[in-house]
Amino acid sequence: MADYTKMWQDLGLDIESHEALLSVLGKAYADIFLVQKNRPEGMKYFDFVMSEVHGLRIKEIMDAKAQGRIVVGSYCTFVPEELVLAVDGVAVGLCAGAEFGFEAAETLLPRNTCSLIKSVFGFKLGRVCPYLESCDIVVGENTCDGKKKAYEILAPLVKDFYVMDMPQVKSEMGRKLLREEYRKFMAKLEMESGKEITPASLKRGIEIVNEKRKAMLRLNALRAADPTPISGLDALLINQVFFHDDPVRFTDSVNKICDELEIRVKDHTGVAPKGTTRLIVSGCPMAVPNWKVPMLIESSNAVIVGEESCVGERSTRWLTDVKGSTIDEMLDAIVDRYFNIDCAIFTPNPSRVNHVKEMVKDLHANGVIHYSLQFCQPYIIESNPVEKELEKSHIPTLRLETDYSQEDTGQLKTRIEAFVERLKKR
Amino acid sequence: MDGITFDRLTATGYGRHLIKGSIDCPVISEISAFVQGARFYSNDCQSILDIGGQDTKAISLDDKGCLCKFEMNDRCAAGTGRFLEVMAAALGFTLEEFAAEAILANRAEKINSMCTVFAESEVISLISQGADRREVALGIHKAIISRSASLLKRVSSAGKIFFAGGVALNPCARSLLETETNRPVFVPPDPQMVGAIGAALDAAEEDWNL
Repeated sequence: MADYTKMWQDLGLDIESHEALLSVLGKAYADIFLVQKNRPEGMKYFDFVMSEVHGLRIKEIMDAKAQGRIVVGSYCTFVPEELVLAVDGVAVGLCAGAEFGFEAAETLLPRNTCSLIKSVFGFKLGRVCPYLESCDIVVGENTCDGKKKAYEILAPLVKDFYVMDMPQVKSEMGRKLLREEYRKFMAKLEMESGKEITPASLKRGIEIVNEKRKAMLRLNALRAADPTPISGLDALLINQVFFHDDPVRFTDSVNKICDELEIRVKDHTGVAPKGTTRLIVSGCPMAVPNWKVPMLIESSNAVIVGEESCVGERSTRWLTDVKGSTIDEMLDAIVDRYFNIDCAIFTPNPSRVNHVKEMVKDLHANGVIHYSLQFCQPYIIESNPVEKELEKSHIPTLRLETDYSQEDTGQLKTRIEAFVERLKKR
Repeated sequence: MDGITFDRLTATGYGRHLIKGSIDCPVISEISAFVQGARFYSNDCQSILDIGGQDTKAISLDDKGCLCKFEMNDRCAAGTGRFLEVMAAALGFTLEEFAAEAILANRAEKINSMCTVFAESEVISLISQGADRREVALGIHKAIISRSASLLKRVSSAGKIFFAGGVALNPCARSLLETETNRPVFVPPDPQMVGAIGAALDAAEEDWNL
């Protein structure tokens, strides 16, 4: 890796802490990803992206800024990248996946706040997220109570914090609210970038993101094969990179790996022997480098064949209709697309469990692991009815509740192994 | 394992993966081991409750006697055998006296905390307020059994309970479990060996070439 110290200093990073973070991240990546057997060649691109995640990609973002493009950071899949691309901006998902700076975060937040939110604060207070520091706008969306209240505290710490309100009910009023919020966000983007959103630029934004999602849908479908051609860890990584890579290059790289996986499927080769226990992971998002549970699962004689998560199918599954020709029509299409997202902040949220069932069927899974972050009320509360409904449909389900620490790995491993043993005995 | 001869081996328990490198043998989780071990002793139990030294497991079995649902206590040793040991010591009882004295109590003191550290200080302050040691002992037993019963309720609500783990040797815990759940309770001989017997049965079944 080149020397990016100057760039990091200019961004105001705490160089020493940042070095420490990168070295932990690099070691974890080597221990978890690089040791996997039978990895597709196409993962080399993503290995490279990860090795340069705070380096070359940040340099690209800084270069884009120098060319007058704005950088818009967000923490949620409800913030439409299409709109950011329509002003030729760069959309980035911000760091929220590591147990870093929690002590500092706990000076501002209660201890019983979910790890994801604490991580957002840890990265900000510790000055170790170059994505966050390079943002012209940071969008905070009012999804769960934890996030929206924490954003009140985060706002003054960030250069331009923009709050996007969110509906909680899938009603006509809810849809109107989302549309109005997206419209206001478009105006904000136009004002900050000094660029007007035109039908052509919006269409281009929609098409770029549709292509990106199409590539992910292709990847997801290939995982239905047994043996599965790619590990769940590698597929999760691709879903994570989805949020911060250049979208066109990312799409190209996903399609390339899909070409390779198609050959694997034809040749009946994969990452684990045919007949290996296949699992769907459903629940809270796993942001980089939150790999704990998938790593435990895939080292317990099982493979993950799908993620029902915001870092997974909840972000990638629907495409935006491209028929519209006016801005209003295209905005409607974008709202229609995003209003499908079955996040647990919605009440009621029946489509989510139906989607899990579809995934189990389509991907030939043997069971579901429901993953909740401790103190994430929406997903923890939903986990009980989801488990009951799945078990009623004869889909074995294991509920796990954890955080970003490593202290419970022994207990988690025992549960996961027992669950896999349960599936084998069936 | 020096000096011990064996035909086949399966490892289970918290250290089950540590044997890798020394002896290459199959490994099963203690949850599966308990299921197999329980089936050796009984074929009419619908649930297993294991209260061991540092964790509590509640397991439900399907109609074929196979592993169905399970729940475990989280992270700390609250409500496990270790908890009882610490509380017995705080009251100045041996473990045997602790159970025997608890059974003799007419009423139970309410113990509010399930944290080993906080409950110990609660017990000490009850004693210094002049509470009866037997009643405190019964209160402690009730606290852990009601917690275990609710864990059990999450996985199954009817049928005979197979009670395993060292705490199953405690007669007060056994009778409280029956009253609390209103379900029959079966305790095997040597309940603390159920996991090991399950692993041995797994080794016997396993098609394993040395």
